Amino acid sequence: MSSERDTAFVDLRAITKRYAGVTALDSVDFTVQPGEAVCLAGENGSGKSTLIKIISGVEPATEGTIRIAGQERRTLNPRISAAAGVMVIFQDFSLFPNLSVAENIAFATQLSTHERFYKAHATKEIARKALERIGVEIDLDTRVESLPVAQKQLVAICRALASQAQLIIMDEPTTALTEKEVRRLQGIIRMLKEEGVAVIFVSHKLAEVLEVSEKVVVLRNGKKVAEGPASEFDTKSLTYHMTGRDVPEVPPSDIMPGAETLLQVRGLSKAGAFEDIDFDLKTGEVLGITGLLGSGRTSVAKALFGLVSPDAGSISIDGKTIPTGDPQAASEARIGYVPEDRLTEGLFLNQSIVRNVAVGRLDAHANGGWLNMSALVDEAAEWLKRLKVKAPDIEAPVQSLSGGNQQRVALARWLSRAPRVLILNGPSVGVDVGSKADIHDIVRDLASKGIGVIVISDDLPELLATCHRILVMRDGRIIDALDGKTVSEDDLAHRLAS
Amino acid sequence: MTNWLPKDFWTRNETLVAGVIIAFCVLATLSDPRFFTITTVSDLLRASIVIGILAVGAMLVLVSGGIDVSFTAIAVFAMYASTVFFLAVWPDAPWPLIFVVSILIGSLLGAINGFFIAFLGLPTLIVTLGTLSIFRGFLLTFIGSQRISALPPSMRDFSRGVLARGTTEAGNFYSIPWAALALVFVIVLTWFILKKTMLGRSIYAIGGSVESARRIGINVTWTQFFVYVYVGALAGLAGIIHGSVGRMADPFSLVGLELSVIAAVVLGGARLIGGYGTLTGTLLGVALIVIVQNSLIVVGIPTTWQSVTIGILILLGTGVPAYRAKRAAARAG
Repeated sequence: MSSERDTAFVDLRAITKRYAGVTALDSVDFTVQPGEAVCLAGENGSGKSTLIKIISGVEPATEGTIRIAGQERRTLNPRISAAAGVMVIFQDFSLFPNLSVAENIAFATQLSTHERFYKAHATKEIARKALERIGVEIDLDTRVESLPVAQKQLVAICRALASQAQLIIMDEPTTALTEKEVRRLQGIIRMLKEEGVAVIFVSHKLAEVLEVSEKVVVLRNGKKVAEGPASEFDTKSLTYHMTGRDVPEVPPSDIMPGAETLLQVRGLSKAGAFEDIDFDLKTGEVLGITGLLGSGRTSVAKALFGLVSPDAGSISIDGKTIPTGDPQAASEARIGYVPEDRLTEGLFLNQSIVRNVAVGRLDAHANGGWLNMSALVDEAAEWLKRLKVKAPDIEAPVQSLSGGNQQRVALARWLSRAPRVLILNGPSVGVDVGSKADIHDIVRDLASKGIGVIVISDDLPELLATCHRILVMRDGRIIDALDGKTVSEDDLAHRLAS
Repeated sequence: MTNWLPKDFWTRNETLVAGVIIAFCVLATLSDPRFFTITTVSDLLRASIVIGILAVGAMLVLVSGGIDVSFTAIAVFAMYASTVFFLAVWPDAPWPLIFVVSILIGSLLGAINGFFIAFLGLPTLIVTLGTLSIFRGFLLTFIGSQRISALPPSMRDFSRGVLARGTTEAGNFYSIPWAALALVFVIVLTWFILKKTMLGRSIYAIGGSVESARRIGINVTWTQFFVYVYVGALAGLAGIIHGSVGRMADPFSLVGLELSVIAAVVLGGARLIGGYGTLTGTLLGVALIVIVQNSLIVVGIPTTWQSVTIGILILLGTGVPAYRAKRAAARAG
């Protein structure tokens, strides 16, 4: 044990962090060996971000000792931490969109060597070497703004490498990546480990990082609740440790016998996006639509709600055709749509929680141009309670909530409109494990009340836990319609990718 | 596609603006062959000097992610205050000394902007709107509101200095004043800072993302402070040149020109969101604005149409690339 401590690149002992009386970390021990990949798991508020901030010198620890690269660090700030080789790759990558790939990679290095003059040649040399180390080719003169997300991440990794990173901390590295890109990232991580570079993953998506991690550390409410070799964990046991409870995913109950067809989609097509989309949705049915990024799943969802105008085809509810490409008509036909990107499409982030729900019911409480504010707010508050939104104050801005609670607010807005068809695009993107199970409960509950639910997702366990039927899309077409009860996750994954 | 052209050559603002300038010149020459002469060129160049120096400064601010509307007030303040000072203290001072004092006054006023923006983190537009008004009001209240045409003699000497002069065969007189060298100097110096120093690259980086700049250890505060001081210095220089060449210290001049200058910079491809802007683009933008202001009459457009034309150019020049980018983004998504 003591020898392990001696060789560790990062060695935190009994770290406690208090913010104004709130204990964010409670006597946590944490070590990372050179060349080791550690998966740091935990729900929102578990203290994992705080731990990262302490290692990278952004926040001082209240108690405990920190050793980095064999030296005890009594004072730590981002500069000292970076000089010791700790590099954080934030979820947004912190790149400069307007600068070239070469400059993005080399900038931090040149700052740390106190260069006064900028030499284009030396810059490219630094960048080329870093890219060569991970065996990737990206045009050095391209502006970063025109790169796809996966390549931006590689640029961020190269920047860390160019700055002599000994430990790279990656915050949610796989959220925006396709499966293929995740594989490539895993390969790069393996290579870095061989070179002695350590990696800490902070992630919600667990399966992918477990594959390349040696060690798993789980935090809950500021305490370390589990630690061990990655081989001893699976998604289920991780979930248990993170939430402190078993989160059973009950498959959806059967559709009520005699359920009527609610929504009929016939021959829906849009050039370049999707073609010949045909399906029915019954009352009380949960229908999954899946497919890889770019398969057209999101375009179809948007077309159902009128946000995308199809070139051909029809959508009808109860046999009555509704105009396509008209969100207002869709809304009047009581179709609800909860978008994937809550942050930019779904919520008014700096408005209060209660207002975000109430906005869905303005028309119902309008009286000759005047709003009945108290009735409006009361109803909204009632929905927030029913969906168990955890908020200290419903007047607080929505952005102060966690991902799971934000999603509930978005749901509350639509549910208050008593929808007949509810389209959920990526209902648990950016939501932690416990809340995810709760959202699935809500979905099943809605269906049992006779609402037709469409779940658009590429999270296969989520589809299996909620859907009666699953449509698989590829290149804008539905290629399979599967029974959610009989299909296995492997089978589904195979159909998606093949 | 030829290799020596940058990949985005055809979609750049610079190309668009250069195209409009060439088209205008061809049109002007066709309707009046006298347009395309050295006389016109030297006239336009003279008109470009002050606007050009101011535009280089405005471009730098836009690149850093801010906006400055106070530089014209700084220019006129520095010019008028240094003139008044030397008339009172040492009317026979050599012009380089007067210039240096004007530049110092400009830097000082720029530092006031920089203090509020870099150190206190206030929004740039609000700060410079405020200082525009304060600088101008202070000048007119405490320093003077009289036009002064009896300038220190050395300033008049400066305005008489020419790099080249002559008379064309058709009998038209032309001259290129020393002041043109000041513009060249400003361009070379700014080019060097932007392209060859880490300071310059940091200005671009801050304009691209302030948060990222902080995270990799760029000293955002001092970089921003430098930008506003530098812009103040350029304004001081532009102001004193304006006074010398115009042979009049007019405390009411220059202010009001700031939007035309910013328009020139934006036409040249600098973006208001920060991070983008080139010297080439800025100079082309200045050339276009100056041509429109001075030569519209040649192609038969009445001068009253000047501002309409400039407005249309801005809408087209910045709207077309923005619209194209939006279309491209829609296709990609």
